[in-house]
Amino acid sequence: MIEFQMPSLGADMEDGTLIEWKKKPGDVVKRGDIIAEVDTQKGLIEIEVFDEGTIAELLIQEGTKVPVGTKMALIQPSTIEAEKPIELHPIMEKISEPIIEEKTDTISIKASPLAKKMAQENHIDLSKIIGTGPDGAITKEDIDASIKQSETAETEKISTPSEAIRMAVAAAMSKSNREIPHYYLEKKIDMTKALAWLQEANKQRTVANRLLPVVLFIKAMAKSLKEVPDLNAVWENGLLQKTEINIGFVVSLRNGGIIVPAIPQSDTKNADEIMTALNDLIPRARALKLRSSELSSSTITLTNLGDAGADTVFGIIYPPQVAIVGLGNITEQPFAENGMLGIRSLANVTLAGDHRATDGLTGSRFLSSLDKNLQNPEAL
Amino acid sequence: MNSEILHQTIIVLLQQIAPDTVPATLKLEENIRETLNIDSFDFLQFVILLHEKTGVEIPEEDYGKINTIQNAITYIQNKSL
Repeated sequence: MIEFQMPSLGADMEDGTLIEWKKKPGDVVKRGDIIAEVDTQKGLIEIEVFDEGTIAELLIQEGTKVPVGTKMALIQPSTIEAEKPIELHPIMEKISEPIIEEKTDTISIKASPLAKKMAQENHIDLSKIIGTGPDGAITKEDIDASIKQSETAETEKISTPSEAIRMAVAAAMSKSNREIPHYYLEKKIDMTKALAWLQEANKQRTVANRLLPVVLFIKAMAKSLKEVPDLNAVWENGLLQKTEINIGFVVSLRNGGIIVPAIPQSDTKNADEIMTALNDLIPRARALKLRSSELSSSTITLTNLGDAGADTVFGIIYPPQVAIVGLGNITEQPFAENGMLGIRSLANVTLAGDHRATDGLTGSRFLSSLDKNLQNPEAL
Repeated sequence: MNSEILHQTIIVLLQQIAPDTVPATLKLEENIRETLNIDSFDFLQFVILLHEKTGVEIPEEDYGKINTIQNAITYIQNKSL
């Protein structure tokens, strides 16, 4: 039996509230199907399933706040003969609670096994709860009250979506700053040829099918990551290269905060397909209506803050990724080449790398490759 | 399309692409992108909608000529002649 768990949609996510099951026991599911809608700090997210089979049992009730990693449903794999679903209703069952006493070095806490299990699942410190059971033992009701109290406190603390996003960004960036030793590199890249190619390409297109400069940049980035795969990776007690190149694209929310949906398999898409992906992702990101895979599958991040006018942007890596690329404002500048001075469209491109995973030489090779690829836009 | 109708059309389109802004408060000479915090993606959506509503095609090199409401009104009217 396959256990379907609450997925992590980023380093900043600790839990989510199950709003609605989209499947019921007996339904056949395949990879990519939406199984549930979950409310997170990043909005209402459609959660996808990554296995094939038949829903055997839904273990969590709608409206329940669920920590990341919690078993939410059981799926009978499609290749194995169906067996009787496992009955698992630990929280809902009304049972007589035997009381046991747990002794630690400093304190003695009395609690029912069910209360202990619930406390562990909900990360509740038993020593901070006053039991109302026999001899002051902590019961299921005490844990329920504690969960309700903490949920109420959280609701009061985070009242609007933009505040929730702010907290999510704060958590992810704080974690990154605490754990990742960043190194920073910058390269001035001549975008003149790329922009000229783009202008010609857009002349052949209808207004609705025009491409943005960042599309070419994403294409070039994907190509360079094939040459320098160590930056298309995550750090999980060691460098783990990713086979798919899913470039996370930072979308700024006008009321504050950012959200980073992934452009899946960016390396296999042509320029029009990348523009189509952006047309689909950006409005949904701003409306906080993304799918779980779109929030969790990025293998590297691109921030295009130059679009808002900044000449240079030094990013902070989104864990567990190991790199973030920053594209600054593209401006016309004097540029010397082969002893001649001319005017070119230049952009300051930066790379922030995780020094645990790679060294500056790797980052430098990546930026040089990016420069080379952007000088040959027709080959992208 | 007269100036007043065009003005209202532009406000409605900006509201459509940036629903969390208040384009109605935009002064005629204010820079649309800077004031409403609109990025290149949103601006392209604005150009697409403006084309659909007015029939005027705005080439990329003319984006700078529709950077304010007043400039956009003048540009569309001149192109419609």
